[in-house]
Amino acid sequence: MSAHIESHDHHDDHHDDGIPHISLKGYMTGFFLAVVLTAIPFWLVMGKVIPNSQTLAVVILTFAAIQIVVHMIYFLHMDTKSEGGWNMLALIFTLVLVVITLSGSIWVMFHLNSNMMPGMSHSMSEQQAKSLP
Amino acid sequence: MSDMHATPSAAIAEQDAQFWMKEEHHPANGTLLGFWIYLMSDCLIFACLFATYGVLGRSYAGGPSGADLFELPLVAVNTAMLLLSSITYGFAMIEMQKNRRGTMMAWLIVTGLFGAAFLGIEMYEFAHLIHEGAGPQRSAFLSSFFTLVGTHGLHVTFGIIWLITLLFQVGRFGLTPANKRRIMCLSMFWHFLDVVWIGVFTFVYLMGVLP
Repeated sequence: MSAHIESHDHHDDHHDDGIPHISLKGYMTGFFLAVVLTAIPFWLVMGKVIPNSQTLAVVILTFAAIQIVVHMIYFLHMDTKSEGGWNMLALIFTLVLVVITLSGSIWVMFHLNSNMMPGMSHSMSEQQAKSLP
Repeated sequence: MSDMHATPSAAIAEQDAQFWMKEEHHPANGTLLGFWIYLMSDCLIFACLFATYGVLGRSYAGGPSGADLFELPLVAVNTAMLLLSSITYGFAMIEMQKNRRGTMMAWLIVTGLFGAAFLGIEMYEFAHLIHEGAGPQRSAFLSSFFTLVGTHGLHVTFGIIWLITLLFQVGRFGLTPANKRRIMCLSMFWHFLDVVWIGVFTFVYLMGVLP
């Protein structure tokens, strides 16, 4: 019984400062992966390895996404259990907002730019024809 | 919580019954969760700035483009500085876990120096751009570029100020639980800035030079 209490207390003490256990191995793994995941996109762009810009953009964005996950796991020590799952919940909520903000802005403004191009629609071109000297 | 309002004997019985339950275990320290939520709100600020850059990043107003301006070798060095500062902060955390104050402070100083090197290179780049007439007022592209990268640089600046403050704290009061908590918070802040920088060098610099 008393042993149980002690182990329970010990458990509490361990989590009291809320600092997760940190290992050198974890940091070195993260650092190694981060270096590789940084070097490859720089090499791809500076060495002009992929001629097609759009393919290259997709590839380096993928590398960035992977590297962000690596940093989250190995440097920020994120897992589904930290702070009783609230960290992960806040992160997911933020990611949803980030995706909406980024993709929404770029999508809407891209269409706005296309629609503002002269000669896109008939009414537009007529009006412009009238306003031209 | 509700058992607080029950009769004393019932409350004691309830406490006895619940004493062993795992669900009782709250995070004993809300600071790290609170700080994480602050970081997430900061993340939203950066998301807005990234979105702004994404929209305006190709509006050159007849001025220079990213391909004309960005020097990728310099950006690569900058990225290395920030990445190295991240790993040295990790070493400081490991030393903190072993309660070795001296080596921990030494690693923190190294981290601060890498951070300062990063800032120095960034300020050199900014000064160079402005000197070339590619200041923030030149085009929408440059306005959004300076806002995004400048905000990140400002965060690093405050991170360094915080780091110096903590060095004095630890030097004066040692590795107290409060100081450990502060170092943990700064570690999250510092690694978070590195995460944002991944977005910056990919989305701004590498994609900016693509034809």
